[in-house]
Amino acid sequence: MALPPPDPQFVLRGTSAAVHTLHFSCGGQEPDVPILFSGSENGFIHVWNLKTHRVDTALDGHGRKSVYCVETMGDKTRLLSQGRDQRICLWDLAEGRTAVTDSVFTENVGFCRCSLLTVAQGRWLMAMAAKALEEVQVLELPSKTSVCTLKPEAGAKLGMPMCLKLWQLSSGSQPLLLAGYEDGSVVLWNLSMGKPLSQLACHQEPVMSLDFDSEKTKGISGSSEKVLSIWSLNEQQNLQVYKTHNLVNAGISDITIRPDKKIVATAGWDHRIRIFGWKKLKPLAVLDYHTATVHCVSFSNHKNPRERLLAAGSKDHRISIWSIYTQT
Amino acid sequence: SAMAAPELERALREAAAGPERAGEAAAVALGAVRAALAAAGGAAALSERERALFGAFLRSLARAPRAARPEGVWQRCFLEGLPAPALCVLLEALGCPRPSLHPKEVAEVLEQFLQEGRMSALLWEVCQQPAQAGSPELQEALLNRIVCLPDYVSNKLEGKNPPVFFPQNYFPLLGGAIIQVLQKISDSLRGGLDCSISFVSHVLGKVCIHGRQKEILGILLPRLMDLTKSDCIWQRICWRLVECVPDRWMEAVVLGFVQRAPGADVLSRVLGNLVVKNKKAQFVVTQKVLLLQYGHTTAVLQNLLGYLALDSLRRAFSLLQVLQELLETWSSSSAVKHSPPEQQQYISKAILICLSHLKKTEIESCRQELLTSMMEGVKCHLDSSLPQIRRLGMIVAESISAKINTDGPVLKFQVKVIMKFMSADAALPLVSESNDKSHTAAPVMPDEELDTELDSDDDLIPYDMSEDKEVKIKAPVYIRDCIEALTGSEDMDKWEATIKALESLVRKNPEATREVSVELAKILLHLEEKTCIEGFVELRQRAQVAVLTTDPIPVAKYLTSQFYSLNYSLRQRMDILDVLVLAAQELSYPKSHGKTKHSGGPKPCIQLLPGSDSSKDWRRIVDERIKSKTRRFSQMELASGANEFNSVAGHFFFPLIQHFDRPLTTFDLLGEDHFVLGRLVHTLAVLMYLAVNTVAVAAMGKALLEFVWALRFHTDLYVRQGLLSCISSLLISVPAERLLEDMTEELLETQSWLGDVVEKDPDGDCRRLALQNLRALPSSAHPHPSYL
Repeated sequence: MALPPPDPQFVLRGTSAAVHTLHFSCGGQEPDVPILFSGSENGFIHVWNLKTHRVDTALDGHGRKSVYCVETMGDKTRLLSQGRDQRICLWDLAEGRTAVTDSVFTENVGFCRCSLLTVAQGRWLMAMAAKALEEVQVLELPSKTSVCTLKPEAGAKLGMPMCLKLWQLSSGSQPLLLAGYEDGSVVLWNLSMGKPLSQLACHQEPVMSLDFDSEKTKGISGSSEKVLSIWSLNEQQNLQVYKTHNLVNAGISDITIRPDKKIVATAGWDHRIRIFGWKKLKPLAVLDYHTATVHCVSFSNHKNPRERLLAAGSKDHRISIWSIYTQT
Repeated sequence: SAMAAPELERALREAAAGPERAGEAAAVALGAVRAALAAAGGAAALSERERALFGAFLRSLARAPRAARPEGVWQRCFLEGLPAPALCVLLEALGCPRPSLHPKEVAEVLEQFLQEGRMSALLWEVCQQPAQAGSPELQEALLNRIVCLPDYVSNKLEGKNPPVFFPQNYFPLLGGAIIQVLQKISDSLRGGLDCSISFVSHVLGKVCIHGRQKEILGILLPRLMDLTKSDCIWQRICWRLVECVPDRWMEAVVLGFVQRAPGADVLSRVLGNLVVKNKKAQFVVTQKVLLLQYGHTTAVLQNLLGYLALDSLRRAFSLLQVLQELLETWSSSSAVKHSPPEQQQYISKAILICLSHLKKTEIESCRQELLTSMMEGVKCHLDSSLPQIRRLGMIVAESISAKINTDGPVLKFQVKVIMKFMSADAALPLVSESNDKSHTAAPVMPDEELDTELDSDDDLIPYDMSEDKEVKIKAPVYIRDCIEALTGSEDMDKWEATIKALESLVRKNPEATREVSVELAKILLHLEEKTCIEGFVELRQRAQVAVLTTDPIPVAKYLTSQFYSLNYSLRQRMDILDVLVLAAQELSYPKSHGKTKHSGGPKPCIQLLPGSDSSKDWRRIVDERIKSKTRRFSQMELASGANEFNSVAGHFFFPLIQHFDRPLTTFDLLGEDHFVLGRLVHTLAVLMYLAVNTVAVAAMGKALLEFVWALRFHTDLYVRQGLLSCISSLLISVPAERLLEDMTEELLETQSWLGDVVEKDPDGDCRRLALQNLRALPSSAHPHPSYL
């Protein structure tokens, strides 16, 4: 008889709004406390102290409009956040400051989270949905210079970009972008040429989230359907379906592969978090705690694997923190 | 014998002539009689003249003073001589107003008479020489004495009779005597001698008609069963025994045998072809027991019909005819309407048993008749307003259809009939079979781990994921969304979710409901089951009730007007009535009560495992223990609140009662839609009951009395029951002084009607209800003490 699924290790309450995005910053040395950033519908970014389980700071930079993407840039003192006010803000949080140092006006009205990739010390690439409906724009940060604009060919009818993932095969190599579109397809873009390398119709419905393992060149995507799609990239840089996995209930809002590439977590519209083994997509656990749609899942970057955490944010205003499969 | 005769005659004359002799002389005289009797070769060899003399001798002996009756000798005279005169003289002596024999002495001799087997000697004597035993009148007298002996003795001894005279002891003894006589008859038949059995038949008949079948047949039947098993002479004796029973006692005897025979074969052995030979027996078996009576057990029916089926002659004569007559009754609409349900069930049983006995060829011969009766019968049964009658009709029709259509399509009602004799075992193999399948199916499932890729997730042990089930569609949150989902939506999941959530939504949002209440009621009334959803009818009904209680006046107005509108099905009209009743019930209860009742109401679910809610039991037991050991010093607070039904009772009641006598093209309450009328009447009864303590109750009562008066002679049982319930509710709800002041006339009329029902109604429930109503009538209204 299998063990019953675990309960959350603890639950963070107090955002007083639906939680849309989560980001850990736990890689620092003592006496740095592990931190979790959460962005919620009321426009606040909360900085959670994971020792005390209390909010250290609440950042208000998006005019009370929903914050749906939070990323750290390097360490926890530099933060990027994206909100429904069509702005991407860069924060300076060093020495207790809570100041927006810079911002990008995206002019995009969608929900597509931006994607950040460190290309060199103090230099990042950021992909974001652009003003034109089908376009993706890639900027260099902090300079905000446009690297390229990715336009699908005329008549491709991909629809809006829904989710983005910037990646590179190894550090220093050519950065690439995976983008999931409204029509259900996933497209691999070459940034230097601004051309699609490969396109794969993974879903019938818009792709809600995707994540990619650059070591195994294998990715996973979820949509509003009952299916998870796993696809791989071969040496000719062609995307192909590896397998699909049927879910009990439809709707995936977020997918994250744990940094050690052992497990993958999905956030479901059915209020449940699902854990799979990443290698074979073996179903491992269904975490049923939330009482509303789970919007986001995120893994921590603790140095010690045993301390690694999983966080899930939900429409029910709660953030559940789980410790699961930390022994492997 | 001829030589001994003068000797005996002389001795008898001497003994009878000198009753005044005492002591030795008396003993000598009696000794001479006994010796002469023995010399004559026993009582059987005596001539008629000697018999008469012997009778006179015994009589004188009974009158003789104590001194003339030497103790020990005179008793022997009664026990050794002729048994018939002995019995007569003894019973006479018992009845004598100034007896010389003490009743106790007589009783002792009588007891000995019985113990020594003199009764069988008596019967045998009559059988041997029926002519000598006297005229038919004398035989009749003897018969009376034999059969009524326990009563007679008990009367004379004023209850101080010895146990052997108790009926439960006497009649088995008599049965034993009969067996002995039959044994003798059998022996003498085998010896080539003729003898008459008719006196024994008379005894049997008279005992049976006196209601002592149990005692006498309890002895007779087992012996006869054994004896007739393989002996045809015994069988003939037995048949003759029953055939010779006079017509007036035939019914009691035949019924006695039918009720006690352990099987049809025994009955066939014992009764033979009695039904073919004897008109009375035929009437009893084929008419009276089957068509006129209905109190017999199923075993009796099986015996009887099995008996008819066992012999070809009886089959031809009786079985088919019986079936025809049963079917005639079964398919007669008047019988269905007027005979009690118990009788209809009885007749249905008989039909099913008959059918099981029919052979293929016999069915062929009467297929057309069977079909006609089936069609007629099923029609008038389905027309009935009592569910058990409808069900009976369906069962019988299904069986007939299965019998007559051996290869064609058969009639099949989609009604699950749970028969009492259906055991749970029948279901068990099915379950285990499906279990087996699931076991074998498991390994066959395509194994996904067959992939040859080396690395796998094997080091990660899955948690239990059995709880990962499909999530139900989200139901609408606003009343107006519900309206849209129920009317326009093509999304069946949403439709289902809506119908499931509607009741609680309505109850949570009374304000929003009131804005659209009539529209919602209309939608719900016309709502049909689009998908197969468990408990749809209840869900819809609860939603309807919720809407009606939330906004009673407009919705009640709408529903009651629709009840009498065109183009509704009977089902919808009855739904309207149900909803009105349930809502009225909810409104009339105190609020808190209504709420708890609702949540605890029966949920449409099937309990799979009997012990699955043991935790609840545990909780209940603990609660009860705490309750029983806790002393409460304050009274429990009773739920209380305003009676919300008060202000709306009239809106529920009066529109319903107004139009019942105006037929529409599709709806005729007083005509063929009497079932709906029955429901309406019952609904009015409930509304009347719930209207207790409301302002409108007196006006409602008056209207209801008039309504009942108009329908009081309705032929439908269900309607009449409803009318009587109306009266009951009225008597409960309307205060007595209002009844007496405002409705005196109507009440008197009702009272006489109730009296009629008590006396004449064919249905037991109706009679009982009417009697209860009569008892409940306010005191000054009934000068009618006869029922009370």
